[in-house]
Amino acid sequence: MIELGVLLLPFLEASLRTATPLGFAALGELVTERAGVINLGLEGAIIAGCFGALAGAGLGGPYAGVLAGIAAGAAVAMVFAVFVLALRADQIIAGTAMTLLALGITGTLYRLVYGAGGAALDTPTLAPWALPGLSSLPGLGPVLFTQPLPTYVLYLLVPALLWWMHRTGAGLALRAIGEHRAAAEAAGVRSQRSRAAAIIFGGAMGGLSGATLVLAQVGTFNEGMSAGRGFIAIAIVVLGRWSVLGTALAALVFGAAFALQYLFQAMDWALPYQLFLAFPYVLTLVLLALLRGRAAAPLELGRQD
Amino acid sequence: MEALAALWDGAFGSPFAFWSATLVRATPLLLLGLAVAVAFRAGVLNIGAEGQLLLGAAAAAAVALAFGDAPRLVLVPAMVLVGALAGAAWSGIAALLRRRYGVLEVISTIMLNFVAAAMVSWLVRGPMQEPTRVYPQSSSFADAAHWPFLLNGQRLHLGFALGVLAAWGLWWWLEHSAAGFRVRAVGGGARAAASAGGVDVGRTISRVFLLSGALAGVAGASEVGGVTWALYEGLSPGYGYTAIAVALLARLDPRWILVTAVFFGSLDAGAAAMQRDAQVPSVVVQIVVALVVLTVLAARYVHARRLAQRAAPETA
Repeated sequence: MIELGVLLLPFLEASLRTATPLGFAALGELVTERAGVINLGLEGAIIAGCFGALAGAGLGGPYAGVLAGIAAGAAVAMVFAVFVLALRADQIIAGTAMTLLALGITGTLYRLVYGAGGAALDTPTLAPWALPGLSSLPGLGPVLFTQPLPTYVLYLLVPALLWWMHRTGAGLALRAIGEHRAAAEAAGVRSQRSRAAAIIFGGAMGGLSGATLVLAQVGTFNEGMSAGRGFIAIAIVVLGRWSVLGTALAALVFGAAFALQYLFQAMDWALPYQLFLAFPYVLTLVLLALLRGRAAAPLELGRQD
Repeated sequence: MEALAALWDGAFGSPFAFWSATLVRATPLLLLGLAVAVAFRAGVLNIGAEGQLLLGAAAAAAVALAFGDAPRLVLVPAMVLVGALAGAAWSGIAALLRRRYGVLEVISTIMLNFVAAAMVSWLVRGPMQEPTRVYPQSSSFADAAHWPFLLNGQRLHLGFALGVLAAWGLWWWLEHSAAGFRVRAVGGGARAAASAGGVDVGRTISRVFLLSGALAGVAGASEVGGVTWALYEGLSPGYGYTAIAVALLARLDPRWILVTAVFFGSLDAGAAAMQRDAQVPSVVVQIVVALVVLTVLAARYVHARRLAQRAAPETA
């Protein structure tokens, strides 16, 4: 068991690191869904964020990359918002189309700008940053506080969202639109405007998720590197029962599921690695089935205008 | 301009381009487009045609490799059948998850696509890898497992004929059979179909899901039997996603899917030529696919507004 002890802390550290992009995407989607809109274009926002981060970091360093990623994700969400809110398109189909569009555009631009081979790109990255004092706490201190910057942003985002959603008028209005739009409108809430804001916030978080993936995790860009994380994030919101804390917790579970492949590689077990590639997706299916029902879903979710 | 010329030449520039490139690429799109359309008709958003195709391909390849010495007259129909069953089994998981556990099929089918891709990746590196164990692919099929060509000297194969047959059959079934009427009723409004029509909605949806998966599975069998003659990892360049555009552009009408599948097949064939001759990346097609879907959505809005204005001219 000595081996396991040596592996456990790096595994927890990796879990938290892989959970960070999932957490951003899922919390953003949570806000969108609490306004009654399901955005399957989230996957597109993430891949746009990945590409934006690559381009931005190449031009102006990692922090410019983060900003460019956020902007790219928000831009994808804006197009989605136009279709869903102004053109009253079916949310599921419009979202799927946005994902295809973003995958196609990023793939094309990547090959045009960086060449068909896509030679290994050296992107300036966000290195882990040990918080003085906190990171030397015994036990989990080094795990929790030797992380790249985005993870610390996520630590702050969770309480901020909790406060905003439950303690501010705008948060209350948002939840009201998601539960009973007509009543919210009768009470004077401008539902279209709030929904647009919620969609764009979700897209920006998707972009941040993609930027985190590139700058703090992988260190480069691959076509289609979002690899279904947007859809997993949507499942995370379901598993988190549409609550902020539940969503954050579910993101952590999925971070561990992704990190499991590093653990098993280190343990050198004679199992095909595809098993671990497939594991997060299978886990999504199993958990969705176990936590059955839409009981906690916002009542207006997915309803077409 | 050079790129556009290459696109056109690659799709329609010669008889070979049309019969051996465009129509060969249209074949999986036709079968998958039908798979997506029948599901969408019942309000089932099956985004999993890609994974169902992979399962059908893997199963048909397994049959082709195991029974290579069987006569073609037995082997090819067996590949079709096994491909259909495997595709249906894969979509059956999503059907079960929806019916028993209320899992949104959009999410479950996408997850199953990733699992299917991992599974094929494992198969071609593990139990089904070619004997020298160098390449991530299966052995080539025996001649008896090669699907017959439809024209002399062209690569157009049996799969296209099956697709045309399926398009006609599906159209007839949807428009002229009681079961097809139930499918359309459920798609039009599940609650109304249940209360006014006495339709068993859950059952109808599950059956449509299985049919959709079976069609996608046949598409997979047709790819390995008619095109690659072996199981590869990158068997499908996202045909399952393009098929959504194929189906939506045809307004889910099987007869029009014949047309839209050939249209997207020509785009695909042309894009491949464009990449070769003009160095324009072929992922451009994905952008076109997405733009088509978005245009259909926008056109629907305009259409609906026009209908609304016609219905109530005095308030407009």
